[in-house]
Amino acid sequence: MAFAAFATAEAQTQAPKRKSRIALFLLLPGIAYLVLFFLAPLISLLLTSLQAPREFGDIGQFDYAFNWQNYTAVIQGYLPHILRSFGYALASTVLALIISYPLAYFIGVKARRRPMLQGLMLVLVIAPFFISFLLRTLAWKQLLSDESFVITSLKALSLMAPDAHFTGTPFAVIFGLTYNFIPFMTLPLYTTLERLDTRFLEAGSDLYASPFTVFRKVTIPLSMPGIVAGTLLTFIPAAGDYINASRDFLGGTETQMMGNVIEANFLVLLNYPAAAALSIILMAVILVLVGVYVKRSGTEELL
Amino acid sequence: MSGEVQAAAVLGELAESEARDPGRRTPRRRRVGLGDWLLPAYTIIAFVFLLIPIVYTFVFSFNDSLKSNISWRGFTFDKWLNVCNVEGGAVCQAFGNSIVIGVAATVIATTLGTMIALALVRYRFRARSAISLLLFLPMATPEVVLGAGLAAQFLAVGVPKDMTTIILAHTMFCISFVVVTVKARISSLDPALEEAGRDLYGSPAQVFWRVTFPLLTPGILAAALLSFALSFDDFIITNFNSGSVSTFPKYVYISASRGIPAEANVIASAVFMFALVLVIAAQVSRTARAKRLAKLG
Repeated sequence: MAFAAFATAEAQTQAPKRKSRIALFLLLPGIAYLVLFFLAPLISLLLTSLQAPREFGDIGQFDYAFNWQNYTAVIQGYLPHILRSFGYALASTVLALIISYPLAYFIGVKARRRPMLQGLMLVLVIAPFFISFLLRTLAWKQLLSDESFVITSLKALSLMAPDAHFTGTPFAVIFGLTYNFIPFMTLPLYTTLERLDTRFLEAGSDLYASPFTVFRKVTIPLSMPGIVAGTLLTFIPAAGDYINASRDFLGGTETQMMGNVIEANFLVLLNYPAAAALSIILMAVILVLVGVYVKRSGTEELL
Repeated sequence: MSGEVQAAAVLGELAESEARDPGRRTPRRRRVGLGDWLLPAYTIIAFVFLLIPIVYTFVFSFNDSLKSNISWRGFTFDKWLNVCNVEGGAVCQAFGNSIVIGVAATVIATTLGTMIALALVRYRFRARSAISLLLFLPMATPEVVLGAGLAAQFLAVGVPKDMTTIILAHTMFCISFVVVTVKARISSLDPALEEAGRDLYGSPAQVFWRVTFPLLTPGILAAALLSFALSFDDFIITNFNSGSVSTFPKYVYISASRGIPAEANVIASAVFMFALVLVIAAQVSRTARAKRLAKLG
C-alpha cells in the first residue's frame, strides 16, 4: 500500500527499524479496511453518478460514462428537497443547541459536587440511545397524531385550528430531528462544560459584569469546542436523515428530504446515477460547510 | 483537574462568605442566579421530554393489541410471554440477525480499531495526518452517503447483498468510533507502569500483554459496547446493503406502514432495560472506585 513508504519512524524517537514494522502491522489491516470499504465506495459513488443509461437496456442498467448532466438534472428535479434538507437540519441544530445547553450546563457545572447525581443524569441523557431510533420516532407519531390526547386537547382549547395536523408537516419533521439528536448535542457540550474553570466566571462577576454578560463573554467562548462538536454531530446526520421525514413516520409528501429521494432512487426506482449524484452533492455541501464552520469558529484542533 | 475544581470550589465559598459579610466590603446583592431553581426545574422537564417516547414504547409493550399497536386495548403480559409467536417469529428472527451482525461487526471493528489506536499513540510516522483524516471522514459523512456508496460498490463488483455485506458495512462505520474511544484511554495511561515492566526485564510482548493490555481493557470494552450499540440501532446503512435480510430496525421500518406489532415493543423494552442495568452498574462501580481511591489518597 502507498502509505507503507511513509510509515518509517521519525528520527526524534530513535525507534529501531523493527518498531516501524510494528506500526505498519498495527495500521495496515484497519487502514486497508477503510480504504476498501470507505474510500473505494466513495469513488464508486462518484463514478456511478456520471453513468449513462445503457442503450436498449432495462431499468437499472447503466454504463460508465462522463454524463455530468446527471448533476444538473437532479439539481433541477430535486432543488426543493436539497433546500429542505439543509433548512430542516439547520433549524433542528439550532433548536437542539438551545434545548441542550442549559441541560449540559446543569449536569456539567451545577452538579459537579455530586458525582452520583451527575452520573445518573448522564445515563438519562444517553438512555434514548438504548431504544430503537425508529420506535422512538414512531412513539412521537402516535403521541402527536390527529386522534392523540395532545392534539385533541390543543384543538379543544382552540390553540390549534380544528382541521390542522401536526404529523406530516415540516414542524413535525423538525421536531423529530431535534428530539432524536439532543443527546448528540448534550454530550459534547457536557464534556467541555464539565472542564469549565468556574474561577473565570467568578472573575467576571467580580469585575461587575452582569450574569448575562459573563455568560456571553466568558461561558460561551470557553465552551466553543463543545458547541462546534455538538452542532456538527447534529447537523450532519440530520441533513442526511430520512426516517423523520418519511411518510410512515413524522413526515408527509411535502416534507421529503434528500435522504428520502436518494433512498427512493437507489432502492425503488433503480436510478443509481441520480441517487449517487445526490449523495455526492450532499457530501460535498456538508464538507464545505463543515470546513468553513470549523475554520471560522477557530477550533481546527477538533479534527 | 480535580485540583482545579477544588480550588474553584474554595474560591466559590470564599466569594459567598464575602457576600454574606456586608461589613467588610461594599455590600453586593447576592444574586439569585438562574441556577437556583429555574435550571433544576428546566433539567427535570428536559429529562421528561427525553424519556416520553421510551415510556410510551414500554407501556405499549403491555397492550392487548391486535395486529397493529396504536390504541390502548387493555393490559396483558401475553406479548412478553409469547414474543416469537407473531408472524411466524419474524420479529425474533430479525432480532437474532441484529445480534449476530452486531457481535461480528463489534469483534472485527474493535480489533482493527484498537490496533490503529495503539499505532497512532505509540508510534510516529509521516502519513499520520492522512490517516487521521481517513478516520475522521466516515464520522463526518451522512449515513445515507455511506450506505449508498457501499451499495454502489457492491453493485459494481457484483457482490450479492446478504448478512456478510451488512457486517462489512457496520464494521466500516464502527472502526473510527473505536479508534477515538481507545485512543483516549491509551493517552491517559501512565507510562511509568510500562517502564516498570521493562525495568523488571519483561520482554516487549510480556509488558504489552501483562501491563498495557489489562490497563486498556476498560477503554476497549467501552469501544466494543459503543460499536455494538451503533450496529444494533443502525437502519440507514443497513437498508442500502441488506438485500432481503431483515434486522430489527429494518423490521420496524417495513412494518411501520401497516402497524408495528406489540412484540417489537417487547424486544425494544427488554434491550433497553438490559442496557440500562449494564450502564448503571458500570457507573456505580466507577463512582465507588473513585471514592475508594480518593480515600486512599
